[in-house]
Amino acid sequence: MSVRRLIGMETEYGIHAPANPRASHVALSIELVNAYAAAVTEDGGTVAGAEWDYRSESPLVDARGWVLPRSAAHPSQLTDSASALEGVSGPDAAPADVAVEEPEFHPPGTAEWRGDFFTLREGQPRLLTNLVLTNGARFYVDHAHPEYSAPETLGARRAVLYDVAGDLVVRRAAQRLSREEGSPELLLYKNNTDSKSVSYGAHENYLVPRSVSFDALTAGLIPFFVVRQVICGAGRVGIGPTSARPGFQISQRADFFEEQVGLETTVRRPIINTRDEPHADIDRHRRLHVIIGDANMSEYSAWLRVGTTALVLDLIESGTAPEVTLLDPVRALKDVSHDPTLRTRVATDRGPLTALQIHRLYLEAARARADEAAGPEGPGLAPDTETAEVLAAWSNLLDDLEADVSSAADRVDWVAKLGLLESYRRRDGLDWDAPLLGMIDLQYADVRPEKGLYHRLVRAGRMRRLFTDEEVARAAQDPPEETRAWLRGTLVARRPELLAGASWDQILLRPHPDAPITRLALPEPTDGTRAQTEGPVTRAEDPRALIAGLREILETGPDQREAPPRRPSD
Amino acid sequence: MSTQPQRGRSAHGPGDEEGADQDVPAAGNVQATQQAQELDGLLDEIDSVLESNAEEFVRGFVQKGGQ
Repeated sequence: MSVRRLIGMETEYGIHAPANPRASHVALSIELVNAYAAAVTEDGGTVAGAEWDYRSESPLVDARGWVLPRSAAHPSQLTDSASALEGVSGPDAAPADVAVEEPEFHPPGTAEWRGDFFTLREGQPRLLTNLVLTNGARFYVDHAHPEYSAPETLGARRAVLYDVAGDLVVRRAAQRLSREEGSPELLLYKNNTDSKSVSYGAHENYLVPRSVSFDALTAGLIPFFVVRQVICGAGRVGIGPTSARPGFQISQRADFFEEQVGLETTVRRPIINTRDEPHADIDRHRRLHVIIGDANMSEYSAWLRVGTTALVLDLIESGTAPEVTLLDPVRALKDVSHDPTLRTRVATDRGPLTALQIHRLYLEAARARADEAAGPEGPGLAPDTETAEVLAAWSNLLDDLEADVSSAADRVDWVAKLGLLESYRRRDGLDWDAPLLGMIDLQYADVRPEKGLYHRLVRAGRMRRLFTDEEVARAAQDPPEETRAWLRGTLVARRPELLAGASWDQILLRPHPDAPITRLALPEPTDGTRAQTEGPVTRAEDPRALIAGLREILETGPDQREAPPRRPSD
Repeated sequence: MSTQPQRGRSAHGPGDEEGADQDVPAAGNVQATQQAQELDGLLDEIDSVLESNAEEFVRGFVQKGGQ
């Protein structure tokens, strides 16, 4: 039993140019990515602007064993080829366009439409849509949003640290962009909806052994994902995808989910996403792609979101998940979200239960499993520190939510946001449809420390943090040492001239620009660690020796491996 | 600035405050009321950083398709 499994988080940021709301968001996102490249290189740092190597991406492979024909896929689902970026030279796919008036229209071909606010200077990188960063992350343009995909890490706390580092990355990018003459003010939000029908994601990825049946994952995860929001939802003003009804709800995302299980991520969103694209050895690993979560400003909320999910995955893998089935999960998801008093009961095969009661079923199962592992029949070891911390924090939070919801305002985004909103309602006598409350909802997630209301609450000592600013700054710079992200990020930082391309599970190197490319395969995410590869990277005599040294280390065949290294500390 | 997640401590309140609040039934409410009052004191500060013209700003925040 451990939360120390391989985890990686992704955040799609909301993007807004208040002075030019019709600007192409694809173009703005490209500018932002390029501004980051400029900011880093101007300060003497490096980024890899090599084209992202799409060869190993296959987002249309479905976990249930069939492949969606491309002709049937929604166009925005096609992220595995350069054609996904056709928005760069064509109009955005913009389902929200109908919802607003047109203050300013920029016809195709104009500078505003193309996004020509950003001029490259001598020596700056070419116009890029994909960056690999020195911390091993990917920063790129996805579906008309800037997206930061954090590097792979071991454990919930590390995953959250590297996700929070993304806020620093986009902030630095926006600051750099603002220095360009004529560039629009560009604001970034770590939220998940514009409340005008559009939602965008904050995804989590967990490495799961291929041997675990997908049906078991689905059965164990659906009830948990329906109630998980009460410990980590981000809170939202407005009910329904377009906020047709005034009110407050726990989750940003709940109203945008329509199915229990499915492949889509942008339309008819499912509670369980079946995308099966492990970015690792497909025979040994599955990457569970979780799309249902809210983006958290609170580090503590994010930590519990990821930590409890890791524990539940452990329960499922060991066949000890609680037996509970929701009769109508999609409806229950919304019912739970729409009741911040947490009294709502949802229909289950064990009778009507509150979200907190369902949480307790999972918590008790996790405690029992931890005790069993430490008992006479088990390996005899107490859970590792972080696992014990997650169990205690989860339990304390459930107690607090049960006794007095507002007492969780120091940890849980939706509770903190609700407290702020209620204070404004009291002071100004506002109804839930007051625009000021919508503003507070939005600005809670503003990533700027001086403007973001989450940051204001932290500064007032009202919300707990897990990390210092220094730790976050370091994570924006240096890769995690415990996974292949170390090798990827370190090569970007120290040997960018050798790098011809990088994806999650491959690195392309060449000793000089005209030499043939060597493809380093990294099918095991826990290969390419600092301990394993620092030698050749820092001490090789010349580029050829470096590449040969890495090959030798990484080409140790899987036949020489033991069981899958999914939980090295277990 | 940084606060460690608490272990093994039962219930209540922003961490690391001196003394454990005893759970007489009314304590939760008193605490909640105090918190709300403190928060009201923060509103002036927040007023000064909120984007002006909330209605127009919120209406203009329109996102394009996402995952």
